[in-house]
Amino acid sequence: MQDKRNTVVAERVAWRWVRLHTALTLLFLVAPILAIVPLSFNAGSYFSYPMTGVSVRWYEQALTSPDWQRALLNSIGIGAASTLIATGLGTLAALGLSRSQFPLRSVIMPIIISPMIVPIVVVAAGFYLIFAPLGLVNSYPGVILAHAALGTPFVVITVTASLLSFDQSLLRAASGLGATPWATFRRVTLPLITPAVATGSVFAFATSFDEVIVILFIGGPDQKTVPRQMWSGIRDSIDPSILAVATMLIVFAVLLFASINWLRGRAAAASQALG
Amino acid sequence: MPASPHARSPGNPGNHGTHPSAEGLATAAARQTYRRVQRHASMRALLLTLPLIVFLLSTFIAPIAMLLARSVQNHEMADGMPHLARALVAWDGNGVPGETTFALLAADLKQARESGQLGTVARRMNFAQPEFRSLLMRTARAVGDDTPAAWKPALIELDARWDSPETWRLLKRAATSPTPDYLLAGMDAQVIPQGTVASVPDNASVYREAFLRTISISATVTILCLILGYPVAWLLANLPEKQSHRLMLFVIVPFWTSLLVRTTAWYVLLQPGGVINSLLSMLGLTSHPVALIFNRTGVLIGMTHVLLPYMILAIYSVMKSVSPIYMRAAKSLGAHPFTAFVRIYIPQTLPGVGAGCFLVFVLALGYYITPSLLGGAGDEMISQLIAMQTNTQLNWGLAGALSAYLVIFTAVFYFIFNRIVGIDRLRFG
Repeated sequence: MQDKRNTVVAERVAWRWVRLHTALTLLFLVAPILAIVPLSFNAGSYFSYPMTGVSVRWYEQALTSPDWQRALLNSIGIGAASTLIATGLGTLAALGLSRSQFPLRSVIMPIIISPMIVPIVVVAAGFYLIFAPLGLVNSYPGVILAHAALGTPFVVITVTASLLSFDQSLLRAASGLGATPWATFRRVTLPLITPAVATGSVFAFATSFDEVIVILFIGGPDQKTVPRQMWSGIRDSIDPSILAVATMLIVFAVLLFASINWLRGRAAAASQALG
Repeated sequence: MPASPHARSPGNPGNHGTHPSAEGLATAAARQTYRRVQRHASMRALLLTLPLIVFLLSTFIAPIAMLLARSVQNHEMADGMPHLARALVAWDGNGVPGETTFALLAADLKQARESGQLGTVARRMNFAQPEFRSLLMRTARAVGDDTPAAWKPALIELDARWDSPETWRLLKRAATSPTPDYLLAGMDAQVIPQGTVASVPDNASVYREAFLRTISISATVTILCLILGYPVAWLLANLPEKQSHRLMLFVIVPFWTSLLVRTTAWYVLLQPGGVINSLLSMLGLTSHPVALIFNRTGVLIGMTHVLLPYMILAIYSVMKSVSPIYMRAAKSLGAHPFTAFVRIYIPQTLPGVGAGCFLVFVLALGYYITPSLLGGAGDEMISQLIAMQTNTQLNWGLAGALSAYLVIFTAVFYFIFNRIVGIDRLRFG
């Protein structure tokens, strides 16, 4: 009886301790990000509380500065172009990789995954070496190709997972009912994997949008992106317009995440409708 | 899937008894057709991945291979001063070479100065020994002016270093390709005049220390992430769905927030006049600012913050699939909850712990941004040293050598990771 009560007490203590630990850890994860949001509305130019007043002057400064405008356009343009390449090549590869007859898997998988694993500085220095003689350094095509390479594993992994998870008998049923392989692909496979392709492309876009080091190595002044501009902002003269940009990027991250969630919901709905 | 087509192939002749009948022949034909179909199918599958493979080989693998190849290449002397380089490769390397080699030196210096290659050669020689550049530049200026009767005495008179065997030994080493010198330099070793490999003096040992520091920072961050992340993952996996989804946002939103935004946030928070320090002094805990940034503390806080979500997500996904039956069984058999947890639950979550630890460790090894912005003079990680060699020193050979070590080290860990967990099981967000 005593034992039992001790056990219950121990469990309760442990449960409480885990809750406290989790609360503090989640605070550690979120608080720093949230702390800079109010500071971006600071009227003064200090980075600490209490704030001297509320103003949107740093947002005004960031949004009207030609540097930031250019960086934003570059980020969107480079991100979109590299995402297109990564999504196209990655989806095609995933269609091959998900087939059970796929040969040489153990050789090809590491190549496809390598952009996620190789330390990014090594990658960036390598890009510089090979792009410099080709005239691709300080050019949009160079940066776009590099970012596309970095984004492909996310597309491949996401789309392959989706292809492996859906019921392969659907494909057999389609061809059994007389559909050509192309018709099967277009009418059965494609609708099922569209959400995964979209998810993969969001990942690829986010990868490009968040990338600094490759841009530092192979991008010129014309290719400055938002993270690149932030990097020089922190290194040279830290001014609160960086916090305004950071806050906008946080909102952007939440939007990206929400879009992924929405896509996942659609994927689940699609497979339920067909399953 | 190890299911080979042969294992499933229909009609094993051995099972068909004694007579090689028409039926047997038919199976043989069917088997052949089956194999052909299989072969076609795998070719088609391979063809679909071909564009991506070609793309990655040319834009991703080739650049890395080229950088790594730089670690053993020695092209500067051979390109800039070809005649001298050839003569030095043939030379036995003892003492100071004769008049012919001196004449080649003079001719090549003149040539290199005119073709604009001298700077590259001089920079290359400076990697071998500081002030070599000034020697070459000075000599090149002198040989442009006049032509003496004999080059050897004239150049030795110009600068006594030309009379030193060491000068010539270094030139010969720079003319020899492939060279182990950069790979040795990346390990703080060099070939000494006697021809054996020796460590550089302790106070000059930069890279070995940097590798150890990189590993120790990565390991510390991994352990911190594990300690912080494990209980969080457990709670998230065991709370009712709705609650855990809501809490999951606290992990996912930071995960999705730009690395640079998060590093900026810590930069702002940790400064001497920043939020944390003003909070501490407001609470009366400190009288003057605590050094939280531009030191190891800043690096560890920043990197742990960035990598923690990977750990939590990896462990969580495994914990979700752990059946509660075994814990219940253990408890009903009289095990103390603590014992049951340690002996029944934790072992079942080890695949997730392994995945999280490998992932965090491998990612941490290559970190650049966070240590650059939050670390101090003594906290450089290997990535930063590689960037320094390429951006400011322009020593691509050494950058290649350091990269080679980093890539090999990372690859070893990746393969362990893939063996234990499988890269296919990674999920993001």
